[in-house]
Amino acid sequence: MYRIIKKEILADSVKRIIVEAPLVSVNAKAGQFVVVMIEESGERIPLTLADTDKSKGLISLIFQEVGFTTKKLGLLNEGDTLFAVLGPLGKPTHSEKVGTVICIGGGVGIAEVYPVSRAFKEAGNHVIGIIGARSKELLILEEEMKKVCEELFVTTDDGSYGRKGFVTDVLKEQLDKIANAKDTNNCLVYAIGPVPMMARVADVTRPYNVKTVVSLNPIMVDATGMCGSCRVTVAGETKFGCVDGPEFDAHQVDFKELTERLSFFKQQEQECLNKNCPRK
Amino acid sequence: MEQNRQEVKQQPPQERIKNFFEVSLGFTEEQALAEAKRCLQCKNPACVKGCPVEIDIPAFIKLIKDKKIKESLSKIKEKNNLPAICGRVCPQEEQCEVACILSKKNIPINIGALERYASDFADEKLSDNKKKVKSAEDTQSAKVAVVGSGPAGLTAAADLVKMGYSVALFESLHLAGGVLSYGIPEFRLPKKIVFGEVEYIKSLGVDIQTNVLIGKTFTLKDLFKQGFKAIFIGVGAGLPQFLNIPGENAPGVYSANEFLTRINLMKAYKFPQAITPIHIGNKIVVVGAGNVAFDCARVAIRLGKDVTLVYRRSETEMPAREDEIENAKAEGLKFQLLTQPKEIILDKNRMPSAMRCSRMELGKPDSSGRRRPVEIPNSEFEIPVDNVIVAIGQRPNPLIYKSTPELKTNPEGTICVDENYMTTIPGVFAGGDITTGADTVISAMGAGKKAARAVDNYIKTHK
Repeated sequence: MYRIIKKEILADSVKRIIVEAPLVSVNAKAGQFVVVMIEESGERIPLTLADTDKSKGLISLIFQEVGFTTKKLGLLNEGDTLFAVLGPLGKPTHSEKVGTVICIGGGVGIAEVYPVSRAFKEAGNHVIGIIGARSKELLILEEEMKKVCEELFVTTDDGSYGRKGFVTDVLKEQLDKIANAKDTNNCLVYAIGPVPMMARVADVTRPYNVKTVVSLNPIMVDATGMCGSCRVTVAGETKFGCVDGPEFDAHQVDFKELTERLSFFKQQEQECLNKNCPRK
Repeated sequence: MEQNRQEVKQQPPQERIKNFFEVSLGFTEEQALAEAKRCLQCKNPACVKGCPVEIDIPAFIKLIKDKKIKESLSKIKEKNNLPAICGRVCPQEEQCEVACILSKKNIPINIGALERYASDFADEKLSDNKKKVKSAEDTQSAKVAVVGSGPAGLTAAADLVKMGYSVALFESLHLAGGVLSYGIPEFRLPKKIVFGEVEYIKSLGVDIQTNVLIGKTFTLKDLFKQGFKAIFIGVGAGLPQFLNIPGENAPGVYSANEFLTRINLMKAYKFPQAITPIHIGNKIVVVGAGNVAFDCARVAIRLGKDVTLVYRRSETEMPAREDEIENAKAEGLKFQLLTQPKEIILDKNRMPSAMRCSRMELGKPDSSGRRRPVEIPNSEFEIPVDNVIVAIGQRPNPLIYKSTPELKTNPEGTICVDENYMTTIPGVFAGGDITTGADTVISAMGAGKKAARAVDNYIKTHK
């Protein structure tokens, strides 16, 4: 079980693997994630489900090599197996018809916003996509996103592709248009990406009073609601990212606390990389 | 007749605080025989009535006395599928041993140590059952799903497979054992022992499927569609409780579950050989005084930390086993009793630097029968701290019933069951901490056992 049947390099350090996980694929929906372990002594890491094929029992995972485990995952090849894949986890995206949905993906978050964008489109929405990356080499899934968005905007921080700047620059313009048409009540903004990006998106949409959803990526261990490692403060209440989320109202999330909690193991992560340099 | 109760030897405190090996070393053969001889072999044994799974205690002790260790273990296994575990973590002092007639003279038989001896030294325990191995496909009998592979689930699954059912046991983590694997530390319950017992359950023919989260991977409805005739839910009480005080969500504050899961299940004490890290400073405060709190404190001591246990009542009210409290004291745990945390104060890096607390005094008994702690006005003080571990209890994980609205629950989150362990959905049974709230390993096993009988009755009457 959990055999990697296909591996692709999507961008510099961003890879896609298709994994046999028939049990996970049965009930998987957009917005959900899995926990992956490479080996028994490994750690449990959450990865968003980028796609699923129920008929073949396959799931698609896209990840950026940032820490020890994702780097090691990137070294696995077709035919290799994972030790464990648990899922689908978290609540699925509530992809009802609202009118216009602006779907924002930053960096590897584009992989996560893609199935969500598709689900919103299938629900009959006008989907505007805004995807961004640091540079052209890191931009992924542009073609896939084009297919599920009525309009797609691309930004790069360095201007090497698309428009120079941030996804929030485009977002602001789109919101102005929608506000001019007095259509903000029929609009939803959905964002996945680095925490600073999601925090900025929340700040940009707040004055427009547009409902904004973010999908959070806190540190998890079991991811079944048992350990509380993933707790986030939302509207002053403690929520668990794994079972209450991963999606929350962006205007209510304490992003500062989330950032602090996400960096808690930085030193250990570096130590692990230094001592266990992942090589085959 | 030898009248002195044999006590098990332990690793000396100054040694054991440097390792994660088992604290209790168990009986030697000599000790086991001496202790077995002391048993009065009562005609109407009170100890058996004290045992939640009704082990024939005098019979297994007599077999030890006759040096028939294998037979002794078989005798225990007639009732108890997990003796190596129970011999270690059961509160015998509140169950069988307190009922022992010799406890009147303060020298009850050391039943726990004898149970452990039988299971540790009858090493052919697996080969006995190899013959009985059957795969799920071989059996023509009804399929039963057991959800959760902790003490309740393992017991129910083993009993049901022994009755001839085809049993699938679903576990969400990557290893079976539930709280036995992620919760109870190595030095109190070696994982080798847990996995030995899990292997035994497998050898009986139980199909253990890890990485399946019922409520997410499959719903209860899915399981019925897959042909399961009945379902037993034994998912325990895994939802950590928090203090709800300012600063509690800062990095550096762990729930007991997170701390123990990182250490026990993910082996963070072996980091970086094991990949899961633990980030911990020097001054550790553990809040709470149950077995879980003591487990956290003693783990932190073994990581070389200065550990203080903060509890709002006094020592008399501590819910942990007395032995564990004594062990922790010997290992150098400090106590800050009659103390209620009010706030975790953070430094400029947003890490805990101190815990602001109030002093308490004991008032009139509350609903639990223990004296209620009352805050002393203007008594606030600070304890310096690098990390806080919150171990004030667990509630049932709501995951299953959130995906199954027909499953009725109590206000405290436990699943409602009738006297036959059946929930509000016909054919769905539940037992252990998910119906009672956090309790002991053995009471969960007792529930698993009784629920297995109820499942059997249900299937027989609903053919």
